[in-house]
Amino acid sequence: MTRDEAFSQFLLRMGDNTLILGHRVSEWCGHAPVLEEDIALANTALDLIGQTQMWLGLAGEIDGGKSADELAFLRDAWDFRNVLLVEVPNDDFGRTLMRQFLFDAWHSIMLGRLMKSSDEQVAAIAVKASKEVTYHLERSSDTVVGLGDGTEESHARMQEALDYLWPYVGEMFVSDEVDTEMAAAGIAPNPADLREEYDALITRVLTEATLSIPDSRFAHKGGRDGRMHTEHLGHLLTQMQWLQRAYPGASW
Amino acid sequence: MNNEWPLWEIFIRGQHGMSHRHVGSLHAPDAEMAIKNARDVYTRRNEGVSIWVVEANNISASSPSEKGPLYEPSESKVYRHPTFFDIPDEVGAM
Amino acid sequence: MYAQMVKSAGTGVKPREEMTEQERAFQDKIDADIKIEPKDWMPDDYRATLIRQIGQHAHSEIVGQLPEGNWITRAPTLERKAILLAKVQDEAGHGLYLYCAAETLGVSRDEITEMLLDGRMKYSSIFNYPTLNWADIGAVGWLVDGAAIMNQVPLQRTSFGPYSRAMIRICKEESFHQRQGYDAIRKMAEGTPEQRKMAQDAMNRLWYPSLMMFGPSDKDSVHSAQSMAWKIKINTNDELRQKFVDQTVPQAEYLGLSIPDPDLKWNEERGHYDYTDPDWSEFFDVIKGNGPCNVDRLAARNKAWDDGKWVRDGLLAHARKKRAKQMAAE
Repeated sequence: MTRDEAFSQFLLRMGDNTLILGHRVSEWCGHAPVLEEDIALANTALDLIGQTQMWLGLAGEIDGGKSADELAFLRDAWDFRNVLLVEVPNDDFGRTLMRQFLFDAWHSIMLGRLMKSSDEQVAAIAVKASKEVTYHLERSSDTVVGLGDGTEESHARMQEALDYLWPYVGEMFVSDEVDTEMAAAGIAPNPADLREEYDALITRVLTEATLSIPDSRFAHKGGRDGRMHTEHLGHLLTQMQWLQRAYPGASW
Repeated sequence: MNNEWPLWEIFIRGQHGMSHRHVGSLHAPDAEMAIKNARDVYTRRNEGVSIWVVEANNISASSPSEKGPLYEPSESKVYRHPTFFDIPDEVGAM
Repeated sequence: MYAQMVKSAGTGVKPREEMTEQERAFQDKIDADIKIEPKDWMPDDYRATLIRQIGQHAHSEIVGQLPEGNWITRAPTLERKAILLAKVQDEAGHGLYLYCAAETLGVSRDEITEMLLDGRMKYSSIFNYPTLNWADIGAVGWLVDGAAIMNQVPLQRTSFGPYSRAMIRICKEESFHQRQGYDAIRKMAEGTPEQRKMAQDAMNRLWYPSLMMFGPSDKDSVHSAQSMAWKIKINTNDELRQKFVDQTVPQAEYLGLSIPDPDLKWNEERGHYDYTDPDWSEFFDVIKGNGPCNVDRLAARNKAWDDGKWVRDGLLAHARKKRAKQMAAE
């Protein structure tokens, strides 16, 4: 694997995470439990869509001058490089916010490291995204704590969400040859190195939320390398890509 | 027990503003969430702004200023909060 | 116009000599363009009518999120998705401002929400029509927001202070909505034959429902006369509808889209376009709950509210616990 190939994979991983999660969060618009949450979720989704434009824009430049839109709307599922965590369906508000929290925690640590990337463009995107994600994490942490330590029902639902999502957490910390290459070039950290900080962060919040972290370290994987996504991604893409696929070449 | 989230009045000072101005209201379970909601609803999270939140029923308001028999204020009305005061141009970027 | 056929709570405009001293003072204030503020004395009918009107307007913003939200996950580019999401988010914001304005009249947001959910209060008929192709998103911004603005701009001068201030804030954002809608449908009208077909299809379906947004002719309505005397309604429905038609026809011509009204033509004498009235029997069907989407729209709002209950309760329970702990520590 050449440096450029690895770099392109890395950028797709960053951009596909924000693309797919932004899409999922946007599904809430008009359906949230209270107006203030509806507006806040839309802000999160908008931030993630904006970050997608930056990451996929850069990925496209390297990939022979493709646009971010071409990458988002014209690749098939096996070419997507997002972690499985972000493609699982929203289910209830509890699972959505727990997923957001588990992702935000990783995202904020990752972006913190990327701000010091040897690649200037990567560092610049990370600086901008990091400001947004710091706020995402603050908000999702507060909500996880509030619902975890709320009523009996909200506690039960949040524990259920955590139990469901936990097996998807490990994939964010698996290192492969793309990561080794990126770490060697000083472009991005080795994901495995982020785990300790991540565990400390989520343990603090989940403890305050009176939730118990499952014992198992089992991790589903196959998203970051595209080897095996969940069944859900295909359905998401059929919606997201429909117009571009049905009317090729049209400009919107 | 009434489980409606309390109403909060939101005051914001923009980056170059001299003082906090009332911008509107919103609902939130507590002060911390009210501040966060205010960021999302009223500032779109612009940086460098300062936000005050006050639970609406903690605000005492004067009676309408008009004096005289024609505009007699009603003594019996429950407190009703004012909303949506104009934001001056210099903090327009909020 | 998001408030349709709001019945004033009274029986029509009272002759001045029948008014009490308090009522006369109130009317004088309105006539002098002095804003009525929440703590001022106001006739019960004025309060009740305003709650109905502001509530209906707020509900329309919230239900109005649904037809446009229907296309967020299918928006064809990242930029279009962001623009649409930001727009639908603005609708939520408008609903929030308006609910706050209604709260100053003594009705809480939860109370007024329940009235929407159980059908006691209405929202604009337009949101009971479906959005069937991507050009509908452009058409909704251009025609539906365009029609709404016709009514909302004059309402910035309405007599009730909090309502007026909410409308000022909302109008600033609405003009952006109309522009983005026109931009989106323009792209379609200037696009491939299929895209042109989508644009014309959207026009064909949404033209008459847009005209219905202004409500039936109210030049003889006692309710409208009272609302106008109170300055919570500024123009008649027919005036606004005519203004909308006059403004929209050249915009449609620029796009090369035809308006589905063979009798539409410029009337030199009147200085306005003559146009065909919408089918008012269809309008009354929609108002009665028989529009294409009434049941689904209300079901979606009820589901969001019911599904969200544990979240609202949970966060409030946590806030109370936290407060109790703080008090104990002090």
